[in-house]
Amino acid sequence: MRILAMFNRIVREMLRDKRTLGLMFGAPLLILTLIFFLFQNNQTNKATLAVQGIDAPLQQAMKSNHLTLKTVAENSKATHVIRQQNSDGVLRQSGTKLTLTLANTDEGKSAMIVAALKQAQVKLKMQAASTTIKAQQKALMQMQAALKRAVPKPASVAATSYTLKTHYLYSSADGTYFDTVLPIMMGFVVFLFVFLISGIALLRERTAGTLSRLLATPIKRSEVIIGYLLGYGVFGLIQTVLVVLFAINVFQLQVLGNVANVLLLNLALALVALTMGLFVSTFAASEFQMMQFIPIIAIPQIFFSGLIPVANMPNWLQIIAHVMPLYYGANGISNVIKKGSTLTQIGPNVLILLLFALIFLGANLLTMRRYRQV
Amino acid sequence: MATIQVTHLVQGYATTTVLNDINLETNPGDIVALIGPSGAGKTTLIKTIMGMLRPKSGRVSVFDQAMPNRALLAHIGFMAQTDALYTDLTGRENLNFFGAMQGASRLALQAQLAHAAAVVALTPDIDRRVSTYSGGMKRRLSLAIALLNDPPLLILDEPTVGIDPELRRQIWTELHTMASAGKTILLTTHVMEDAEEATQLLMIREGAAIAQGSPTVLRAAYHVQSIEEVFLAAGRQQDAHISHV
Repeated sequence: MRILAMFNRIVREMLRDKRTLGLMFGAPLLILTLIFFLFQNNQTNKATLAVQGIDAPLQQAMKSNHLTLKTVAENSKATHVIRQQNSDGVLRQSGTKLTLTLANTDEGKSAMIVAALKQAQVKLKMQAASTTIKAQQKALMQMQAALKRAVPKPASVAATSYTLKTHYLYSSADGTYFDTVLPIMMGFVVFLFVFLISGIALLRERTAGTLSRLLATPIKRSEVIIGYLLGYGVFGLIQTVLVVLFAINVFQLQVLGNVANVLLLNLALALVALTMGLFVSTFAASEFQMMQFIPIIAIPQIFFSGLIPVANMPNWLQIIAHVMPLYYGANGISNVIKKGSTLTQIGPNVLILLLFALIFLGANLLTMRRYRQV
Repeated sequence: MATIQVTHLVQGYATTTVLNDINLETNPGDIVALIGPSGAGKTTLIKTIMGMLRPKSGRVSVFDQAMPNRALLAHIGFMAQTDALYTDLTGRENLNFFGAMQGASRLALQAQLAHAAAVVALTPDIDRRVSTYSGGMKRRLSLAIALLNDPPLLILDEPTVGIDPELRRQIWTELHTMASAGKTILLTTHVMEDAEEATQLLMIREGAAIAQGSPTVLRAAYHVQSIEEVFLAAGRQQDAHISHV
């Protein structure tokens, strides 16, 4: 009865606060859309290389769609060329010696120039080799013609020519980075917004005095917390469904596993965010102080969510990753979407998330003792 | 049966003592006013009586049951010092919500809601959002919430702040009616006119009870004409006593 009244009140308050409602439902979609466009293309780097006295064949061999060559006067200094002409590097030739000076403001471009140079050298060597082979072939053919008269033609040994066909177990050839990022960001936006809104809502109850007024009634502390969980849980649920449906229908996200499992993981994550937000708000005296928890609690979660492969991290960082709720959430969501993980496979992730929620729930009940000791 | 019984109460936070050796007994029909400067410990005493705080030492009981006692809060109508209202909701929604929290049934609530709103003259504005209310209207709504569910004990922290004299009169009339119907009212105030209305006074200064009794008895004991003078005289006595020690 009291829980129901709490629930009603929270839902009613939320529905009247159009702006918060808009933030909760609009902002995640906006962020995901931005990510969609940002990570859509497997964008390739383009670099400009200034060349000084480079042999024409080498220049020809280096040229590609990604690398533009620009001839500069032989006496100009490399540093000057890079600074003034906005080149990514300068390649100078004196005799057979090549000197490469790189701007190195973008490691990707530097690596590309070095690779292009190496490839060009290999190409030139191959060309040289094939010219030699052709000459030898000619000589051989003359010898063969002479031999033919003497002995019968030997069976020619055909070199095996390989053809390559690539199959992808997960995703496809046109899979972009977005496919990796989306499942993670889906979990993150749900986490962030539920965390913020529930935390600030309880904080407002504290600062406005309604929480201590509420505890001057016979309501149980657990009823207050459960009322909050249900009230904001409903909005978390709607948000989660909205985000998942949006991803599937607008971004054409291919979910290899069951969509229900994606929802389940997202909901478990929202529940953790909800209990965590309520708990953390105890340590904030104002909305401003609540915002200060974003860089401390919300942002670090992204780093351990799978954007950077956790398995490649040093051990101590891996330990940190394992206390981050988003690690379990995003990991599970990615696996369901990209590898088609089943409920039994993501079960441990869901259980760990529920454990997180349970711990914060207990902590909430304890901190509420500050307002009423029974 | 005493409604509130406070015996040798010492209360404080960590190492500081806010209240020292407070004794109070109220009976049905009493209107008890706690008076004293801000910071004297009035709100702490109220919080302890309501069981929000556990006594450091001494004993507090309400309806002969030791506090803290959560279930007992259903029989106490409380008005906090700050207006703790949900501003996005209407007056009626606030009343309904807190009524449900007190454990009133939906049906009983409807009748009580109309009465409580009428007492504080909020009937015409009851369906407006609280964010559009003036300070005085919010105060009145807080009082209406305390009156809901017809509780045998009312605890009002600064009930008359921001309420105009005409309405103040009206509220007092209602409080006297309730007291004569056998309810107990405990209130804190700065306003000496409110103190004059009470049947029993407890003056608190620096955490100690400096004078206690009915207004008539106190005026006679200190040979003065008003409660204000009683308070000043008792304060001087306390200072003299402290410097003497």
